[in-house]
Amino acid sequence: MAGTDFRFVGRKRRVREDRRFVTGRGRFAADLSLPGTLHIAMVSSPYACAEIKGIDVRAALALPGVRAVLTGDELSGHINPLLSGLDLPAVKRLPLAHGRARYAGEWVCAVVAETRAVAEDAAELVAVDYAPLDYVIDPEKALRPDAPLVHPEHGSNVFFNRKWVWGDVEGDFAKAANTLAFRVRWSRCSTVPIETFAVTASWDPGREVLDVWASIQMPKFPEQIARALRLPVNGINVHFDVDVGGSYGLKRGIRQTVIVAYLSRTLRTPVRFIEDRLENMSGGEIHGPDRIFDMAVAFDDDGVMSSLRIKATDDCGCYPGRAPLQLGKPVSAIVGPYRIGSAEYEATSVSTNKTSQEAVRGFGQAPTNFAIEATVDKVARAVGLSRAEVRRRNLIRADEFPWRIPSGSEYDSGDYHAVLDKVMASAGWESMVSRRDALRAEGRLAGIGLSTCLEPSGGNSSFEPLFNLKNDTTTWMESCLIKIDMLGGVTAMIGTSSSGQGHETLVATVIGEELQRDPDTIRAIHSDSLSALPSNSPVGSRMAIMLGGAAGGAARRIKQRVLEIAAHNFQLPIDRLIYDGGDVHVDGDAGRVLTWAQLVDIAHRKYHDMPLGAEPGLQASFTWEVPTGGALPAADGTVQMYPCYAFEAHVPLIAIDPETGQVEILAYHIGHDCGTVINPDIVRGMTLGGIAHGIGAALYEKFDYDENGQHLSGSFMDYLLPTSNEIPDVTMVKHYTPSPLTPLGQKGAGESGYLGAPAAIAGAVNDALRPLGLEITTLPMRVRDIEALLASHRASGGKF
Amino acid sequence: MSEHRVTLTVNGNEMSGTAEARLTLVDFLRDVLGLTGTHIGCEHGVCGACSVIMDGKPVRACLTFAVIADGAAITTVEGLEGADGEMSPLQDAFCETHALQCGYCTPGMLIAAHALLAENPDPSSAQIRDAIGGNLCRCTGYVQIVEAIALAAEKLRGA
Amino acid sequence: MKAAPFDYLRAASIDEACRALADGGDDARLIAGGQTLVPLMAMRLARPALLIDINRISELAGIALDGDMLVIGACTRQADALASPLVREHLPLLADALSHVGHGQTRNRGTIGGSLCNADPSAEIPLVAQTLEAELVIRSVRGERRLKTADFLEFAMTTALEPDECLIEARFPVWRGGAVGHGFHEVSIRDSDFALAAAAAQVALDAAGNCARIHVAVGGASPAALRLGPVEDALRGGPLDDAAIADACAAIAGLLDPQADIHADAGYRSRVAGAMARRAIVSARDAARRAAAA
Repeated sequence: MAGTDFRFVGRKRRVREDRRFVTGRGRFAADLSLPGTLHIAMVSSPYACAEIKGIDVRAALALPGVRAVLTGDELSGHINPLLSGLDLPAVKRLPLAHGRARYAGEWVCAVVAETRAVAEDAAELVAVDYAPLDYVIDPEKALRPDAPLVHPEHGSNVFFNRKWVWGDVEGDFAKAANTLAFRVRWSRCSTVPIETFAVTASWDPGREVLDVWASIQMPKFPEQIARALRLPVNGINVHFDVDVGGSYGLKRGIRQTVIVAYLSRTLRTPVRFIEDRLENMSGGEIHGPDRIFDMAVAFDDDGVMSSLRIKATDDCGCYPGRAPLQLGKPVSAIVGPYRIGSAEYEATSVSTNKTSQEAVRGFGQAPTNFAIEATVDKVARAVGLSRAEVRRRNLIRADEFPWRIPSGSEYDSGDYHAVLDKVMASAGWESMVSRRDALRAEGRLAGIGLSTCLEPSGGNSSFEPLFNLKNDTTTWMESCLIKIDMLGGVTAMIGTSSSGQGHETLVATVIGEELQRDPDTIRAIHSDSLSALPSNSPVGSRMAIMLGGAAGGAARRIKQRVLEIAAHNFQLPIDRLIYDGGDVHVDGDAGRVLTWAQLVDIAHRKYHDMPLGAEPGLQASFTWEVPTGGALPAADGTVQMYPCYAFEAHVPLIAIDPETGQVEILAYHIGHDCGTVINPDIVRGMTLGGIAHGIGAALYEKFDYDENGQHLSGSFMDYLLPTSNEIPDVTMVKHYTPSPLTPLGQKGAGESGYLGAPAAIAGAVNDALRPLGLEITTLPMRVRDIEALLASHRASGGKF
Repeated sequence: MSEHRVTLTVNGNEMSGTAEARLTLVDFLRDVLGLTGTHIGCEHGVCGACSVIMDGKPVRACLTFAVIADGAAITTVEGLEGADGEMSPLQDAFCETHALQCGYCTPGMLIAAHALLAENPDPSSAQIRDAIGGNLCRCTGYVQIVEAIALAAEKLRGA
Repeated sequence: MKAAPFDYLRAASIDEACRALADGGDDARLIAGGQTLVPLMAMRLARPALLIDINRISELAGIALDGDMLVIGACTRQADALASPLVREHLPLLADALSHVGHGQTRNRGTIGGSLCNADPSAEIPLVAQTLEAELVIRSVRGERRLKTADFLEFAMTTALEPDECLIEARFPVWRGGAVGHGFHEVSIRDSDFALAAAAAQVALDAAGNCARIHVAVGGASPAALRLGPVEDALRGGPLDDAAIADACAAIAGLLDPQADIHADAGYRSRVAGAMARRAIVSARDAARRAAAA
């Protein structure tokens, strides 16, 4: 269907979920209340590392309204440790610290009381006897042989280290006319949703089912709860119809959920935990990639790159959940959108006594794109070409797709040059340069950024087996079940939760397209996990592809059944029939028609009019594997990772106040290609929101630690999120290169904007600093960082 | 520790409940009066998810104790729709431009926008951005929100 | 982040508030707008045993001209002060500064007195009070006293208020004359953030266009908002040309004692305070010249 003129796909359509939110009728996890619910507040460790010698809960328990205080000792005796994406048998990850607290803010006890306020009162009365221990905060120090060990049982602070070489990297570097090596740094930040993680668990001893309502975005969430609590998976019922107030990767919530679930089973009453913002920012483990990139590139005098070396050292923090795999996803686009023939990638995940990382939008691709684009800008500078021209010379060409990169992934389709041309035209590159130069003449620093980046999409998570040879998973599936009821209503079941991506609208649109029926008449609902078909959650920018694909597949099966019923009733083969909006008529004889209502009625009530042996009713499900999935990595680490590659090109114009270091974004243009767009407003929203995340990462956001391991950015007064005054208007120009791998040609757009914005803003700031001979290689580039650079330039006699 | 009777006029209706002195207005609205449309994002006055109209002005409900607000007239997101249950032009405009995704900051945004338009029926883009500058959104990047408020202003002027 | 438990008293009069403060001792606190106090209580960094609500005491709010003083009641909302025609006409420096205080929503509750009593080194209202030499009127069961801002603001987050005292009003001297102008500049990371450094200036020109009177102060670069006497001395009587202003401001760093925090170190605050002072004086001069020409 790619390239077809669609009836509903790609057309303006209001996102139906919006209606309940604008009327205050969202159903977020904190909005639900069950009688008898008890509330939790956490006791957190103040030390970067400390032995827990004893916990005295007597005063806390004596406070009226307090029901229990759960310690790590008690909990660890009743649950299995939580999953890690890596093979680290000696590192046990538990919801509460057990024996030792390993980062400032780590949760040590969960206090349970009749109200959250009383739980907090009691938490202050819990007396923990800590014996502070040596700790390590800096990842490079953590790699030294004499470093204190975060997990002594593991024997080192290295969670993971592997180097892959794809192609003749050494040879390519040796014979290259030029090479460059440098370092850039992406500091710890993340996408910080406005809603914190919230979960209620209620154990029903009658049905022997644990009901869970959570603000969740987590693959295999019911399975992980079951594993931890030693319950069958079908003893867990996660209600996916809870509205999630933003997640962008982060809301994995397994520690919080295991705590409330255990307590609910033990206390035989519903138990709820809503993180307050302080708990969320330190103990909630929502920190993102924290990465040092050592880059090297080989290129000729025309700026054409032949080989790339990337050494990525990532500070994982204390525990390895899924987050270290964020070093793996970039393998799917390790050379970016460029025709680089060989590549070397060394990935190291280091543990330190800091909050553990969690998955962040893009799963490591945004930091990697930042490093790759910095490389390309340096190549341009080295050979004296414009940044756009160097990109033009290196970008994969439209007629070269599918294109296989050295690490084994094949890029499905694209027209990078067209998108680049479009955005530069939209930005009015020449006039932007003039504007930049005029600003400089006025005494400001000014710069233009350019980034051209990929968004690998589809969630083929083969970085899992790549990083853990014992994990031979190759199935990443998604399902949709459609039922047509007796009166012809169409209902589709989504087997996971959503956090603002508009999945109900997506599914209704795709089904409507296939069934040729108005999407506004199609209802998409979120099941619960007992009734849901398999899902892998909205991660890895996969839902337009996978949920859209599953919904389309189920709809095609419905349509087929409808045609079969009509064929039987007309006593004609299907190829003599025309399906039109759910009605079926005989080709050339419009008077011989069975309406949708009639066909549905036959299916539900008139078995005597059904084809021989047909299933009564009208329902179909479709579960499919990610396109290009199903293969384990080869010994050299090559593997197809992610099926579909969206592309974006960013052009921001910025100005800097040379006395204060403040950056103002004066214009922002993006060219975007995610293949076929199912809902334009949704894609635009994702992209603009992603750019805002990217601006935050580039200019404002950092989880800061002092040398004592104290987390300094634990509230919104210290971790600065951009407001409407910091985020500019964005002009977006679209291009559409359909994917050959998906039914509608759609690619993912869930990470759009975020994957390219930090690189572009960094490029713009460095363009502004370039006339002074200065550069910044660490994100975020905060006001005081820029001003300090300028002040020292001024102090050493530098000119402006 | 004292308990107090708090009476508010919420969305035109007189509503009462009992509150400890330390119970914030947002917790009172949500947990005592059952109006869960107003949300909590930070509890220290930065994110604006808890914005409500209090005696005609937009304020942060997490920074006001319910006892201090006693007697006030409060408008929450639940009070923005018409008496017939129809969405207001502002709410409709948010749907038209897709000025939200997860919906969590949206009630606060609507309150800030509602307050702006009550005082300034023809706001410039800069004035709109300033009016919502105390409401954080992590989903949208604000552009579609600004468009919605401008669209609502236009519709309200034309009506 | 629920506050620790406390008792609550709604005071109907200043006397009642003062009596409650005296009886409550160190554990009693007044609450007006609460925009600063409530977050501290939510984080349990402040734990008063008794909160005395002074929001309903009508005598504590209001703006009035009293001769050459503009008198602002301590419980006047920042938003009301910003919108007040009296403030805009007689204290345009304060109106300018107020637009930088927090955000519209916090200004709807936050009060002039609350900001003064909080004495944040980078806060705009104490900076303007320092610049214009406002007089603070204070009351307790022991009577009433008045303090100049310079004596009221003692140190970061510390005023000369005794635990049983209540700020009643702030009295701002109004500068009469046709050639008066003000300037206010601040740097913050985001628009509504606390200033990293700020400067306020007010200038009056004589008939010849020279500087007859000049007040300049900086915030965010010392424990309390700091009048820049040496800068004023260097510029008073002179033509206030750009070079003279830049010259005078070159010595500012030596006057400052900035604190570092997560957002900016001492060096940043020091350098930028100097730049803000220069910009504020230039703006004030330009405004005074426009006023003179009008």
